[in-house]
Amino acid sequence: MILTVFHKTRYEFESPVAGIIQSLRLIPAKCDSQKVIDWKVDVPDALIGEAFRDGAGDYIQTVSLRKRVEHIEVIVQGTVETIDTAGVLRGHRERVPPRAYMRNTVRTEPNRAIVDLVQNTLRDAGSATALERAHLLSEAVSDALPYRPGATHAHTTAAEAMNEGAGVCQDHTQVLISCAHLADLPARYVSGYLNATEDGSAHEASHAWAEIYIDRLGWVGFDASNKCCPNDQYIRLGSGLDAQDAAPLRGLVLGGAAEALDVTVLVEAQQQ
Amino acid sequence: MLSRTAANLFWMTRFLERSETTARLLDMGFRNALLPNTGGGYRNEWGAILQSKGVLQPFTDKYGEIVQRNVESFLFFDMENPSSVASCIRSARENARIVRTALTSQVWDAINASYQELMAMQRLERSKLSTPDLTDWTIRTSSLIRGAIESTQLRIDGYSFMNLGYAVERADNTARLLDVKYYVLLPSVAYVGSGLDNYQWTTLLRALSAHRAYNWAYGGELSSVQIAHFLLLNPKFPRSLLSCYAEANEHLDQLARIYGRSTPAQESARALLGELAEARIDDVFDEGLHEFLTRMINENGGLAQSIHDQYLTGEAR
Amino acid sequence: MVTSFFNEMYASDGLRAPYQMLEGWYQNMPAEFRALKQAEAEDLFRRYGITFAVYGEGGDPDRLIPFDMFPRVFTAHEWRRLERGIKQRARALNAFLSDVYDRGEIIRAGLIPADLVYRNDAYEIAVAGFRPPLGVFSHIVGIDLVRTGAEQFYVLEDNCRTPSGVSYMLENREVMMRMFPHLFQENRVAPVDGYARLLKRTLASVAPAKCDRDPCVVLLTPGHFNSAYYEHSFLADLMGIELVEGQDLFVEGDFCWMRTTEGPRKVDVIYRRIDDAFLDPLCFRPDSALGVPGLMNVYRSGGVTICSAPGAGVADDKAIYTYVPEMVRFYLGETPILDNVPTWQCAKSDDLKYVLENIGELVVKEVHGSGGYGMLVGPASDRATIDTFAAKVAANPSNYIAQPTLALSTCPTFVEEGIAPRHVDLRPYCLVGRDVELVPGALTRVALTDGSLVVNSSQGGGVKDTWVIAEE
Repeated sequence: MILTVFHKTRYEFESPVAGIIQSLRLIPAKCDSQKVIDWKVDVPDALIGEAFRDGAGDYIQTVSLRKRVEHIEVIVQGTVETIDTAGVLRGHRERVPPRAYMRNTVRTEPNRAIVDLVQNTLRDAGSATALERAHLLSEAVSDALPYRPGATHAHTTAAEAMNEGAGVCQDHTQVLISCAHLADLPARYVSGYLNATEDGSAHEASHAWAEIYIDRLGWVGFDASNKCCPNDQYIRLGSGLDAQDAAPLRGLVLGGAAEALDVTVLVEAQQQ
Repeated sequence: MLSRTAANLFWMTRFLERSETTARLLDMGFRNALLPNTGGGYRNEWGAILQSKGVLQPFTDKYGEIVQRNVESFLFFDMENPSSVASCIRSARENARIVRTALTSQVWDAINASYQELMAMQRLERSKLSTPDLTDWTIRTSSLIRGAIESTQLRIDGYSFMNLGYAVERADNTARLLDVKYYVLLPSVAYVGSGLDNYQWTTLLRALSAHRAYNWAYGGELSSVQIAHFLLLNPKFPRSLLSCYAEANEHLDQLARIYGRSTPAQESARALLGELAEARIDDVFDEGLHEFLTRMINENGGLAQSIHDQYLTGEAR
Repeated sequence: MVTSFFNEMYASDGLRAPYQMLEGWYQNMPAEFRALKQAEAEDLFRRYGITFAVYGEGGDPDRLIPFDMFPRVFTAHEWRRLERGIKQRARALNAFLSDVYDRGEIIRAGLIPADLVYRNDAYEIAVAGFRPPLGVFSHIVGIDLVRTGAEQFYVLEDNCRTPSGVSYMLENREVMMRMFPHLFQENRVAPVDGYARLLKRTLASVAPAKCDRDPCVVLLTPGHFNSAYYEHSFLADLMGIELVEGQDLFVEGDFCWMRTTEGPRKVDVIYRRIDDAFLDPLCFRPDSALGVPGLMNVYRSGGVTICSAPGAGVADDKAIYTYVPEMVRFYLGETPILDNVPTWQCAKSDDLKYVLENIGELVVKEVHGSGGYGMLVGPASDRATIDTFAAKVAANPSNYIAQPTLALSTCPTFVEEGIAPRHVDLRPYCLVGRDVELVPGALTRVALTDGSLVVNSSQGGGVKDTWVIAEE
């Protein structure tokens, strides 16, 4: 499938700031499930450093702007050809050993509710394979946290989301990572785009899901929000330990004042 | 040179000069208080002096009534008063410590020793220390440090930043001290030319260590116009505004030579020097001495800001 | 239980060779003269500004570390072996770091458990797959050694991040030379003052490939409130490089710049004395105000070199320590010259059992602790302290390792009554860049309290000048 993306992030500052510095993870890397046809990241007036690939295989760019500004826009436009690999990440060049993704952060640290969820889910899983366990956990997270925008916010941790009993894709993903770790499965946070289908079943064009490492198979994506594995409706941008670590945009405002954020994301399938 | 290093050197000398000014102000208050009370309920020089330093409110918050002894402690020892002699010396020493390696050991020794002495004095019983001893100590210490800077620091950019700090702070202080005498101290215009007025002028000159120099230069007769001329426009007096800007210009030009480029800071210093070199004292009084001094204090602040923007942020290209 | 200690000055048959030259010196020193010299030394240290503040202890930030004037002496022969052992270890540790951030061959070979490395907090995912210039991760390796016999040294721990204390090595010598010049005229004490030049050369040698001129090297300090600030400013000055704080640097485009009075200047090599977590709020702790936002991106795209490399700490973890002899064999194909202290990993159930049964005779340490904190010296503790500590170990075994109480050697030390033996350790500083270098000297720390085995300056330890007698 051919997907086109338009993604604009606009920061509006209450009073002019002295500048910004950002680390962007906004360029999809090539792998068996996706191939970039054209892609462009633009931050008007800013200096954009050369993109490099980190150990996880993601493209990283540094954006800096050192002058007084009242607003900043980051605009991403591009076209990607996607192929359904049933969620399996293949042909992705990376160097981080999977076991490094066994660590928790503040955002994925389990609480009692998460421990219980894992125990209840896997109690009868006896001889299930790692892949089957991962599926069970993903479904359990999906059931435990009904999709409810506004129930959580950008800094909500997995434990807090469990207490809330609802959440969005970020919460599903962080809780699933926490669960996978308890089941001794390496897991990580993936950010990307999703082509929202017409029947309205899919949520959030700017999307997140988890990848769980299965021996002999490799990294496999699990989208607990949509109860599926990523297919050709998905574009993968990058990964990390949690939402903050894998954020497509991570930045700092210099001499900063409060900011208003306006994000527009459009993902469409091109007519063929 | 690292911008932060330059900033620390600049502020180190500003604090050193400021400690000296506070001591001189303390001396001025002390001498004024020796004048017999002429009655009429106007005598509150200590309040005026606190006001001139912008610390009247914090003082009364802390001590209540204005009592000489408390004012003296407040202006000399109180670490909560940012312009006390002790605070200034501590800040100067902290600035020096951060840029230790940009200082000669003689300069560091002089600054560090003064801080250690200050700490020792603080442990002494207050009654063992007379106010003139405290102010003498401060002025002596200040000379010792400046002497160490003059005789041992390499004549590189850091040396110029130190001297800029001295020049900018001294200009500000001379203007403020003069303004205190002229605008704040005298109870009303009716006292102009009175014994009290003359006594205060003498005190100001003494506080600026300019008493005898003034007599030599102007023949001994006290006149507010001549004193103002002396303190503002006389190139021979090292604390005059004119001397301060001559010095600021010299060091900004030196920086322009070292760095091979000049900046708006040179322009603003040159403009100030130009104005003072051309000015006649009558012009100053036509403008109004207080108004003139207020304007000078503002323009001096502008010069300091320009030095900051051009050299101390590290972003000027 | 430990009963006898190796005395570095006296052997059963009299004075040991390295100390013979000092016999006349200390024996003929009148008490008043000694007191005078001690005061002079303190005055010199205070004048140089060498002070030491201990984190969390409050008190006087300008406290001096006690300096003992009695030097510790090694013969050229003794030093030669130490030098070979230290350099070997420094090379092996770097080879290990290079490997675990690349293919992890030592793990594939089954010699070190994967989880010990990859699940270690000090393992930085952000630098996996990145090869720093010359493949060097730890440019200054501090190796803590203790001696238990004429030929027996043990490595207590490795410091691959930013070992501190080298300024004491240099200043102790400076003060000794000033106070007792004749000792240096009469004896062939190998100089250590080349350290700064070697350090600068080492740092310059790892400048990024993008740097096409004389590299601009800076030392990054957390600031003047840091307890080691004196050392930072001392080293920067000796090397003739700028001492910068995070606020002095900024990232623009693909490079890191320093704010100077002449405008921004490109920085090529950063010798950082701040922890990984604080280096870059865009990569690590977002609340860090000490670091430089965007620095890790510049580093990973080859715009600047950070020394030591972020992630180097995984090699000096106390749980990894056990495997260092294995690294020497695996990467270098050599036999380890320096021995490890036998160590029980409380994470292993057999080891834990042994540790809990014998805790009164062991030294138990936190895996991630430092500076002598969070540690139990069994033989020196009372029952209640031991029981409390044992409970902590039992509750979280993987956080602890244990070692036998070592019979630390003693050196003569000036005390009230004259001289007396006191326990010492040794920290040499090995430099790794294009070459592997070690100056003939080290920091000797001494436990000033009679019978104490804790040499940490935060807990009553002092320092000594350390001499290596030059070869004839």
